[in-house]
Amino acid sequence: MRITVTVNGQPHTREVEPRLLLVHFLRDELSLTGTHWGCDTSNCGVCTVQLDGVPVKSCTVLAVMADGHEVTTVEGLERDGELDAVQKGFVECHGLQCGFCTPGMLLTARALLDRVPDPDEGQIREAISGQLCRCTGYENIVRSIRWAAEASQKVAESEARQ
Amino acid sequence: MSYGPMHRKEDARFIRGRGNYTDDVRLPGMLYGAVLRSPHAHARVVSIDTSAAEALPKVKAVITGQTLAGLGLAWMPTLSQDTQAVLATDKVRFQGQEVAFVVAEDAYSARDALELIDVEYEPLDAVIDARKALDENAPVIRDDLEGRANNHIFDWDAGDRARTDALFEQADVTVAQDMLYPRVHPAPLETCGAVADFDKVTGKLTIWCPTQAPHAHRTLYAMVAGLPEHKIRVISPDIGGGFGGKVGIYPGYVCAIVGSIVTGRPVKWMEDRSENLMSTAFARDYHMHGEIAATRDGKIQAIRVKVLADHGAFNGTAQPTKFPAGFFHVFSGSYDIEAAHCEVTGVYTNKAPGGVAYACSFRVTEAVYLVERMVDVLAAELNMDPADLRMRNLLKPEQFPYHSPTGWEYDSGDYPRALRLAMDMIGYDKLRAEQADKRARGELMGIGVSFFTEAVGAGPRKHMDILGLGMADGAELRVHPTGKAVLRVSCQSQGQGHETTFAQIVGQELGIPADDVEVVHGDTDQTPFGLGTYGSRSTPVSGAATAIVARKVRDRAKIVAAAMLEAAPDDLEWADGKWSVVGDPATGKSMAEIALAAHSNLELPEGVEGHLDAVTVYNPPNLTYPFGAYICVVDLDPGTGQVKVRRFVAVDDCGVRINPMIVEGQIHGGLADGVGMALMQVMAFDEDGNHLGASFMDYLLPTSMECPSWELGETVTPSPTHPIGAKGVGESATVGSPAAVVNAVIDALGPYGVRHADMPLTPANVWRVINGDPFRTDLAIP
Ligand code: FES
Ligand code: FES
Repeated sequence: MRITVTVNGQPHTREVEPRLLLVHFLRDELSLTGTHWGCDTSNCGVCTVQLDGVPVKSCTVLAVMADGHEVTTVEGLERDGELDAVQKGFVECHGLQCGFCTPGMLLTARALLDRVPDPDEGQIREAISGQLCRCTGYENIVRSIRWAAEASQKVAESEARQ
Repeated sequence: MSYGPMHRKEDARFIRGRGNYTDDVRLPGMLYGAVLRSPHAHARVVSIDTSAAEALPKVKAVITGQTLAGLGLAWMPTLSQDTQAVLATDKVRFQGQEVAFVVAEDAYSARDALELIDVEYEPLDAVIDARKALDENAPVIRDDLEGRANNHIFDWDAGDRARTDALFEQADVTVAQDMLYPRVHPAPLETCGAVADFDKVTGKLTIWCPTQAPHAHRTLYAMVAGLPEHKIRVISPDIGGGFGGKVGIYPGYVCAIVGSIVTGRPVKWMEDRSENLMSTAFARDYHMHGEIAATRDGKIQAIRVKVLADHGAFNGTAQPTKFPAGFFHVFSGSYDIEAAHCEVTGVYTNKAPGGVAYACSFRVTEAVYLVERMVDVLAAELNMDPADLRMRNLLKPEQFPYHSPTGWEYDSGDYPRALRLAMDMIGYDKLRAEQADKRARGELMGIGVSFFTEAVGAGPRKHMDILGLGMADGAELRVHPTGKAVLRVSCQSQGQGHETTFAQIVGQELGIPADDVEVVHGDTDQTPFGLGTYGSRSTPVSGAATAIVARKVRDRAKIVAAAMLEAAPDDLEWADGKWSVVGDPATGKSMAEIALAAHSNLELPEGVEGHLDAVTVYNPPNLTYPFGAYICVVDLDPGTGQVKVRRFVAVDDCGVRINPMIVEGQIHGGLADGVGMALMQVMAFDEDGNHLGASFMDYLLPTSMECPSWELGETVTPSPTHPIGAKGVGESATVGSPAAVVNAVIDALGPYGVRHADMPLTPANVWRVINGDPFRTDLAIP
């Protein structure tokens, strides 16, 4: 089947097998290997991307279902050489170790902050509860997302003042 | 000064999705492999028909045990000097065992082809319950081994049996408890896999694979496959978590290599999650019977334990050769105990091989769990507070170096200080008061204490080797003319941040910024030999090698600086990161200045080579002994059996902390593991050997919701043997925390008179315990 998916703002047209998973489309067809794969049962969340701004597990979406839609992957978070606040937060607060869960966590964090700019610890824990991390015990991921919320807030305040 | 929190160098690529994991490796002309696995736990392989699979247009090769037998590769050695089938020839011995390997144009087609392979099996009775493995009529699993008439692997003991037994006979009080440390799996989020590329023209084999021990892999491939070692290059790229599960060589790796040799093209094989959980190394599976002898007022005198160790169908435990039960004999723990004795019997069962693979420090995990549970059982018997009982028996600072009753020499420690700090941090007395109030109201809360002493950083190589390879690590340090450095080490990070920490060590020793040090690792063509990253040995061994090699460079720099200053080397001192004439800091020469001079036409004394580069091999004189005190608070709902971890305080002493931010991250991860093992994770089997934890729907890992916000404290007792006083920390929390959680749950169940229940304490299991109906957590049959 012929599909066109807009990934990180760039439309891509490909001929694909109907059974091709979105995660494999991104990784194998578009060479966007920042999106990972980690389980067979939609539990781990390392494949999380945004589909029209909503975090989805790309192992549970067929590539053909993304036809005509917009996908954001970790490669699309950095804009004009400027890291997203969530990317900075993960570095500041040591929110990653092996880095395998990180792209998915970042995309969920970004979607959370878009919806709830000032989340508390409970809201953050709930937002990432569908994604596993085997390294960090989640503590520093929570702190990283809080850091990003605060940093974005500071930017917004200083912009408002100007 | 380079020690202290520092952002990680490796983060820049990971936050951009630019990590390079094995599955990200893509080579021109690459083919894809898939493994056909056994549906049976124990069955004779009658026939394998691959013709339909081979007829698929996209299939390039189908490899079976017969193919491999022709190459002498059907069996391979394990890390415990046993053998393991690469692809089954005679029988399958666990569910999920490798039976055939397909190589195809793409990964989906390879999987399609698996469906078309027709294997005829003759099912056999399986040995699933380890306690029945030595029954007289038990089916013999390893009939491939000459003269093997039963499922017995080894008997091993440590300590002084006679003295221990004598103390038991005279003791005021003895307690005994059976406990199971169930089979668990490290489940890193990246599964195992490999890309093999055999170049027929050059004869060079390159293997990308997430291995924690790239050099050991290279040597083993050379020994097994008969390939010359200089023609093998193992590249361990970024690893998505390892935790011990990525130490050994798995059959799929060998199949990918054979696939590449047979097809003449690169072959990638990545296992899926079920394959990962069913076939790669599990951990624990220790059935333990512990006993403690003590005086009436709570002085512990002796401890003894009998263990039945379930090793699965092949003995594949990754541990030093001399120690078939790993370092389990450190089970006298953190206490001043006169005598100790343990006996361990290893048996085969129809389950996947493994045993040492989950941040366990070669079974210190099982040892700590045993002694920490036993101390709580004793506290219940004596009606003493478990923290008081520990305080009464902990080793005192003046007893170090301490010779343990089972032959260890603990390097350094101040145990009471760590326990006191943990009790202060959590507000121990107040919590006990709260608990008493709650009990009066019929509410259940529990406070669990554990204290652990780890033994990490193997060698020394005299006592520790794997398949004859001594556990010592090399390091190489080059300093470029402008003073920037490249460090090459043999160990390999799976998330521990070596690129940062090791750069900090070099920076500290040479007086240069850590940012000026590049760390090269994970490529056997680029790095010196060493045994790898597991058993918390990176900082204790490779980190020590790094400090030593940097000091060698510094010593060479001293000679060059002396020539620059026209002074005698003996008149120089190292101060503020520079070599200067004693008492005259203004003469100080920085490493950058010295490096440039070392590469210049500066005249050096007779017999002194130019440049600053150095190499070393570090053979540790002793293990290092990190320790810590953990306290966990839980609330328990008697109606549902649900346990909620309310608070967790962890005081860790891992000696000098190079990058405290990274150290704390390591501890956080280990604490989550502890909560997972105590409350959720288990690999259970039904009576036919069907694996009941073969997906993340059934093998439950802790999420952000089960984990509390960890509260960390620290004390620092430097290791006297390590060049910078560091002890290693990667596994401390995984080793120490399960007992704290279980002790808290059992404490909560005090009103029910419960003294012990096995992990995992899931709501169902807790509910059964409350209702007086405890349950075997490893078997689906009660
Ligand atoms: S790969 Fe695990 S949820 Fe998608
Ligand atoms: S950082 Fe390794 S899984 Fe999250």
